[in-house]
Amino acid sequence: MDFGGINPVILIASLMVASVPILLAALGELVTEKAGVLNLGVEGMMIMGAICGFITAVHSGSPVAGFVGGALGGAALSLVFAFVTQVLLANQVATGLALTLFGLGLSSLMGQNYNGIKPPLTGALLPGFLREIPVVGPIIFGHDWMVYLSILLVAAVWWVLKATRLGLIIRAVGESHEAAHALGYRVRLIRLGAIAFGGALAGLGGAYISLVRVPQWVDGITAGAGWIALAIVVFASWKPWRALIGAYLFGGITVLQLNLQAAGSRIPVEYLSMSPYLVTILVLVIMSSGRGRAALNAPAALGQNFHATR
Amino acid sequence: MTDERTVLLAVEGITKAYPGVVANSDVTFSIRRGEVHALLGENGAGKSTMVKMMYGLVKPDSGRMTWNGAAYTPGSPGEARSTGVAMVFQHFSLFEALNVAENVALGMENPPPMKELSARIRAVSEEYGLPLDPSRMVGDLSAGERQRVEIIRCLLQDPKLLIMDEPTSVLTPQEVEILFKTLRQLSSEGTAILYISHKLEEIRSLCDAATILRRGKVVGTADPRASTARELAEMMVGATLTPPARRPGEKGKVMLGVSDLSVASPIPFGTSLKNVAFTVAAGEVLGIAGVAGNGQDELLLALSGELKASPDRVRIDDAPVGDLGPIDRRRAGMVSAPEDRLGHAAAPDMSLIENAFLTAQVRKGLTNKGFIDWPATRAYAEAVIKDFDVRTPGAHVAARALSGGNLQKFVVGRELMQAPKVIVINQPTWGVDAAAAASIRQAILDRAAEGAAVVVISQDLDELLEIADRFAVLNEGRLTQPRPVEGLTIDEIGLMMGGAHGMEVAHHAEA
Amino acid sequence: MLRLEKRPNPSRFWLYATPVVAVVLTMVFGGLLFALMGTNPFAVIRTIFWDPLFGEFAFYLRGQLLVKAGPLILIAIGLSLGFRAGIWNIGAEGQYIMGAICGAAVGLAVYPTENRLIFPLMILAGAFGGWAWAMIPAILKTRFNTNEILVSLMLVYVAQTILAKASTGFLKNPEGMGFPGSRNFSGYPAAANPELIAGSGLHWGGVAALIVAVAAWVLLSRHIIGFQIRLSGQAPRAARFHGVNPSRLVVLCMGLSGALAGLAGLFEVTGPAGQISIDFNVGYGFTAIIVAFLGRLNPIGIVLAGVLMALTYVGGEMASTNLRLPAAAIQVFQGMLLFFLLGVDVLTNYRIRMAKGG
Repeated sequence: MDFGGINPVILIASLMVASVPILLAALGELVTEKAGVLNLGVEGMMIMGAICGFITAVHSGSPVAGFVGGALGGAALSLVFAFVTQVLLANQVATGLALTLFGLGLSSLMGQNYNGIKPPLTGALLPGFLREIPVVGPIIFGHDWMVYLSILLVAAVWWVLKATRLGLIIRAVGESHEAAHALGYRVRLIRLGAIAFGGALAGLGGAYISLVRVPQWVDGITAGAGWIALAIVVFASWKPWRALIGAYLFGGITVLQLNLQAAGSRIPVEYLSMSPYLVTILVLVIMSSGRGRAALNAPAALGQNFHATR
Repeated sequence: MTDERTVLLAVEGITKAYPGVVANSDVTFSIRRGEVHALLGENGAGKSTMVKMMYGLVKPDSGRMTWNGAAYTPGSPGEARSTGVAMVFQHFSLFEALNVAENVALGMENPPPMKELSARIRAVSEEYGLPLDPSRMVGDLSAGERQRVEIIRCLLQDPKLLIMDEPTSVLTPQEVEILFKTLRQLSSEGTAILYISHKLEEIRSLCDAATILRRGKVVGTADPRASTARELAEMMVGATLTPPARRPGEKGKVMLGVSDLSVASPIPFGTSLKNVAFTVAAGEVLGIAGVAGNGQDELLLALSGELKASPDRVRIDDAPVGDLGPIDRRRAGMVSAPEDRLGHAAAPDMSLIENAFLTAQVRKGLTNKGFIDWPATRAYAEAVIKDFDVRTPGAHVAARALSGGNLQKFVVGRELMQAPKVIVINQPTWGVDAAAAASIRQAILDRAAEGAAVVVISQDLDELLEIADRFAVLNEGRLTQPRPVEGLTIDEIGLMMGGAHGMEVAHHAEA
Repeated sequence: MLRLEKRPNPSRFWLYATPVVAVVLTMVFGGLLFALMGTNPFAVIRTIFWDPLFGEFAFYLRGQLLVKAGPLILIAIGLSLGFRAGIWNIGAEGQYIMGAICGAAVGLAVYPTENRLIFPLMILAGAFGGWAWAMIPAILKTRFNTNEILVSLMLVYVAQTILAKASTGFLKNPEGMGFPGSRNFSGYPAAANPELIAGSGLHWGGVAALIVAVAAWVLLSRHIIGFQIRLSGQAPRAARFHGVNPSRLVVLCMGLSGALAGLAGLFEVTGPAGQISIDFNVGYGFTAIIVAFLGRLNPIGIVLAGVLMALTYVGGEMASTNLRLPAAAIQVFQGMLLFFLLGVDVLTNYRIRMAKGG
């Protein structure tokens, strides 16, 4: 049941795996932006997570420890961003870019001695026989536990933002930090937390790349995934379930074009490898055309720094 | 009866200073249980700072506060709320993209679950004659309705002291009456009310006691029912007030013509203009009234050229300018001053010289083939500073360093000194002390006498009645037919403003 | 507890002191980093900052400085105009590549004709290539309100793919014995961009950088367009009130920065790099972002910052060879520099105060 040399069941299963890193990173950035902060340093946080996770996993022998290490690495880097933008009130766009450049360099430095090493493998969650079930097996039952965790996190973020007081406060801070401050909420602290959460999730996503997807450490292993995650947040109109769809869409295109290349498709290789980026641009244009910021569901205070005048 | 009530909140010797200004100096007064107490003073007198300290937003430098005799030092609004103090801010702390119930929940310490909260909002708001639908987005509400959200948010916490900071600037006269009935009801139930305002007639009709602040100090206390408005005004300002001098001038030909102007609002949750039409002759002042949020900002944007329309919707001296931008409209003879002086009328981080260039570039010929003549610009800035008595160390100072009143004088002066044919100003004297306000109004009248056509958009009815020849009201984006100011009554104005939007008299059970 | 208090007027002292303090802090923390990695921090700092200017091989290394600084300054000036206006062109790397490809294509199309007009024509083609690539995000922003950061960045990846196609396909050297890459321009005098003064490293790109720096300075301080650029970044609503047409400004700033990046690419491919190859681009488009901020978005500052950054590149290469410092360490160093600059900049507009009370 192949189409042009590609098996759709395997395609869907592999796109779910391919999407995990960008899904996690997009989800984290979504929360950060909901609180009103634009953190362009996702790429830097992801790759820090990749190397920190890798190093932790290799030295501890445990993939779980690796993921924790990756999350901590991403969160630590994000706190630098948090300090410079929330306390020192620097421009968020420039600082985010600095974060990416710094993260890329630092990860490369840290990874000097780790080329070619294989990390401890992350196992599948469910028993192997379930994977044998045709069609549903590989798609639903055959994944490693991180895939399931990522979907769970989408649900958790959706629920917290929609139904809890914490989520309400985060949304309020992103809407109008002046009003939130006047009501007595600690704007800086909440934003710091949101930034750290975004960093942790980006780090988790990066760790997935180095521990599961590849799995190895190479310089620049994230290859622009962080930027795609930022685009997914816009595509999702800051709604968690839409982010899931967006991640699967982009993951799907990436996997599809690789499969087409491998299957010897007549479309030239260059056009195929350009396609994820061109599709990203197309999607961004469609999402932003014609409607104003309010209709886009963007938090009103996104990107603006807050300085309390007491 | 007044003296038998116990003291609820007392402040003693409170002082608070900021860099460059002493906001409150040795302030002492007290509020009794169930009293409606006015805190009176003009803009800049220190009222807002005082109540921010009562609400835990700001810490006093020295002095103390007591609540029912015990020390009261709220470290945050949350603590103030738990003690029983509730506050309705002048500038609402609301979140436009969230609904009413969510907004109320954010203003409460321990809000009940949403369903229960929504039911309570419905019940309490009906009870006090301020009905609200908990599921509506706050951004879709009118200013008066938004104030209701603020008030309900406070009432749901059973406050002992309700502080209201300039509440009536967003209400029509009829809505003010309903608000007052609600407040009197609350007062008779034992809730004390601290009412901050500079509107003397309102205070005289509502309040039992008044403390007057001037330049941060308490200059007196009064019983508003026993004093005249003039007495209160003179205590507030510290001088006798003279109304501006009007020179009867000839009304010339029509300088500004607006016909059938309809534009969509570019502001999120803004109000679109619908079929606005009016003319202004040379030498005439048209006053446009209306509570905030009815299209004032949009009207200024449409007149200044930021919002474009078809060419002959707006005509200056009979030339169609509707599709031209601000620079071309200035060339045609129109100058304008938006409401927000810091951020819109002036760039906060740029010097006064650069800010002078911002609008005077065209009419003062400050560019040559695109290159800027900085010496000439500096000379103009200094001329404005001198003629309009702008207190500043120099023209090189950043706009944000000036006080509100001085910056407003600069902004208005910058426009008026360009020898314009048409002048449009939105809120010429908000947040400005009485002396500066008077000089700004005088300058406007002088220019009118020299032949300019002037449009003044203002929420201050007294101001408009003072300087306008003709009067119109913006209501939900529509302009009423302009009519002469003579003979206009407050009731008529109130009706032009749209009456009371769905408010009913409070039907709380009479005790 | 310390807290920040906004200054009524921006501090002139800190306006100039910020970059200096940032550099010093980077040296300190960078030194710590190097020490942690087992190399002598003082040796590293000296190799990076001192040796290229005054050390043993300075006579050679000084020349290398201008080679690196030229394109950095050229690109950074274009970027700084946009950044000042709040227009974030992050894809300069892509515009640099496309400028090189367009310019090289024109030159290679007329090979081996010799004519005085060929190089100027290639310059125009290079500028055009970068301009056109930058017009994509510009138009998408003005027509559809699409975020220019993401679009311009995505186009970098697309440009890199096109570069690969050019090296192995449409610009491949027919006499190259099957290796990827175009003809080398050093063998084509009419199209070459050689050193103008022996040993100085100054080629036409460096000259262009200086001319552009002066022009940008005049524009920003004396011309109404410069005023509108500054105004749009600082106070967008006041800019609309003044009468700035936001779409025209976006097109102007993106177009200008794209053209300058394309020019830098053209000068590089006909000069120091010599040919179109798969790894032609070395990240100048991204480093230029750091240079722009380090120079405080001011043309004169950018010239100085460009030289400083070139110093870190040249010195960094030396440190890499002599002291076995990994190349990535320099990238960390540069990222740190930007962080410190952005952080210390707070002192220009705010002062630090002791908070009163608890």
